[in-house]
Amino acid sequence: MDVFLQQVVNGLTLGSIYALIALGYTMVYGIIQLINFAHGEIFAAGGYLGVITLSFLQARGVLEHHPILGLALAFFLAMVYCAFMAVALERIAYRPLRGASRLSLLLSALGMSIFFSNGMMLCQGVYDKAYPHFFVSGGFHLGGVVITQMQIFIMVGSILLMVALNLFVNRTRLGKAMRSTAQDRVMSAILGINADKTIVTTFVIGASLAAAAGVMVGLYYGSVRFDMGFIPGIKAFAAAVLGGIGNLTGAMLGGMIIGMVEIFAAGYLASEYKDVFAFVILILVLYFRPTGIMGMQVDDTRV
Amino acid sequence: MLAKKSLKLVMFLVWAFILLFPMLAVKDGQFVWERLLKVMAVLTASGLLVLAYTSIPKRTLKPGFTGKGLPFRIPPKGIIAAGIVFALVFPWLTSNYARDVAINVLIYISLGLGLNIVVGLAGLLDLGYIAFYAVGAYTYALLNTHFGVPFWIALPIGCIISALAGTIIGYPTLKMRGDYLAIVTLGFGEIIRIVLNNWDKVTRGPNGILGIKAPGVFYPTIGEGGIHFAHFYMKNLFWLYYLILVIAVIVMVSVYRLNTSRIGRAWMAVREDETAAELTGIHTTRMKLWAYILGSIFAGFAGAFFAAKVRYVNPSSFVFLESALVLCIVVLGGMGSIPGILLGAAAIIVLPEVFRDLELYRMAAFGGAMTLMMVFRPEGLIPAKPRKPDDEGEGKVSLSEEGARAHG
Repeated sequence: MDVFLQQVVNGLTLGSIYALIALGYTMVYGIIQLINFAHGEIFAAGGYLGVITLSFLQARGVLEHHPILGLALAFFLAMVYCAFMAVALERIAYRPLRGASRLSLLLSALGMSIFFSNGMMLCQGVYDKAYPHFFVSGGFHLGGVVITQMQIFIMVGSILLMVALNLFVNRTRLGKAMRSTAQDRVMSAILGINADKTIVTTFVIGASLAAAAGVMVGLYYGSVRFDMGFIPGIKAFAAAVLGGIGNLTGAMLGGMIIGMVEIFAAGYLASEYKDVFAFVILILVLYFRPTGIMGMQVDDTRV
Repeated sequence: MLAKKSLKLVMFLVWAFILLFPMLAVKDGQFVWERLLKVMAVLTASGLLVLAYTSIPKRTLKPGFTGKGLPFRIPPKGIIAAGIVFALVFPWLTSNYARDVAINVLIYISLGLGLNIVVGLAGLLDLGYIAFYAVGAYTYALLNTHFGVPFWIALPIGCIISALAGTIIGYPTLKMRGDYLAIVTLGFGEIIRIVLNNWDKVTRGPNGILGIKAPGVFYPTIGEGGIHFAHFYMKNLFWLYYLILVIAVIVMVSVYRLNTSRIGRAWMAVREDETAAELTGIHTTRMKLWAYILGSIFAGFAGAFFAAKVRYVNPSSFVFLESALVLCIVVLGGMGSIPGILLGAAAIIVLPEVFRDLELYRMAAFGGAMTLMMVFRPEGLIPAKPRKPDDEGEGKVSLSEEGARAHG
């Protein structure tokens, strides 16, 4: 039982990270019907920016005295940086292709994904970059179950971010504009909503969530790698599809489910095959319920 | 005007600086300025060049070479004949290194043409295509090392198993919408790689399978008491080159024939407008499945040859980047265009060999090129020619094609 509960805690931690990445996929897909392959790389770039900031602060001795401040700065810089990156990405690779075929758009995204991951390798090296060992200390024992501070931090942090996102999307003008553009771009343009601006906002929000997830992953696992965005990216997309693409709550739920499945498959079945299970679930969901758990009926358009 | 453009350039450089600064200038907690300055210098220089080029008044630019002024037209048959002669004499004139590169080009031509059926003709984006290549390669590797099955028998078996794999993945996925299909095939490719990597008992995991035999041939010799058949392994690159040349030509001819056949027209109709194709009486799901199966057969073909050539397989030859590479060939060359794919494969395999010193930058350049290609020339280097609807004597099929055209 203890092992089971421990797995639940681990699964929720991993799931909240997937959920954060999945939100970016689902929002972008909802608004321009694009699988933004480069999203995984943005997540990795967030992880890198976290390690760059933290090791920079550590080298100057700032981190020892103000760990919380340093952490906050790392998150802030990573999120801002990735937001800029996403704006550039949208401007260079996606905006010129608006109105082009979906296949071209998808290939453009794929190209950017390859470009970013290799660019990161060229800039920061092939090997793992270790995070400073400042924050992986301590934990709570709840009757045999250990919850580390890091896990609590990740879960609370992601929940806060998701709540903020929900408030933004549902309560602000810009959020309303996003929803209406996702629903019908032409009609909302007629009503005076600037589609380009809204799309950029979507990219910015998705990228900063992914960046936060990247820093969290770096802190949780202790290191980042230039190609770390690929597999989590696919899994997060699987989570987005599982929850129903275009649906924010669905993406969160899907992320949690994928995280749980992965942890349980690794714990009880075979850890080498944990990635396989996520894909198998994706295939099964798409086969039996292509709209996902919470998705609505979408139009039957193809690439 | 110039001021406006200069401002734009400055803005671009500021953006580039903001984006490149953290990744390029900070490493391991220290500032490393040199690389950032180098990259920024290159960007500034190229920006200034673009600025200079665009600010020259249009009239002073002479009309460039458009290719229309050639005094004669080379007949396509002449080009094909020259190509055949060149391909046949190539290994006699070159070193082993060049043969090796040529063999790789031919392998990727076969793969590209196979993927072209799926992506270019039927319009289904497949991001896990390399999985079928892996299936072909491992089938030959396993059959040969465990049961001693020779290449020529393993080749059709490999194709059949690849086709089976294509059916298994194709059947449940083909009802999906296009971009879901992309992600599912990607997942499928990863599943195959992970299984190959972890199923130690059969595939020996990441260590791979060693000791695969090269393809053997019997050839007659006249000795005492009549004709004997001597056995000989095609180990050197000279013979392997001819073998893959034959395979590539078979693939090329089959794809060409498929392209102009009824089934090829059906694929294009499905690609242009699935609903319209369905209405004209095309069994769309079956056609898509056929595209998948034929594509995977060609990949299996190439895969078996790859295992026979390298005589060693391991999972790291079948990563996602390989799928992306093959896709890149198809896209770069021009989807649906056979000459385009020949050119694309040659470019993608030969250029990195030429720029060996810059190998690190290879994949980044690929990625960038792919995006630029999509933005500026989405139809590829040699775009496929749209076929005329009324070719003689095929009235029935052309009807369906026109239907697709009208809706597409």
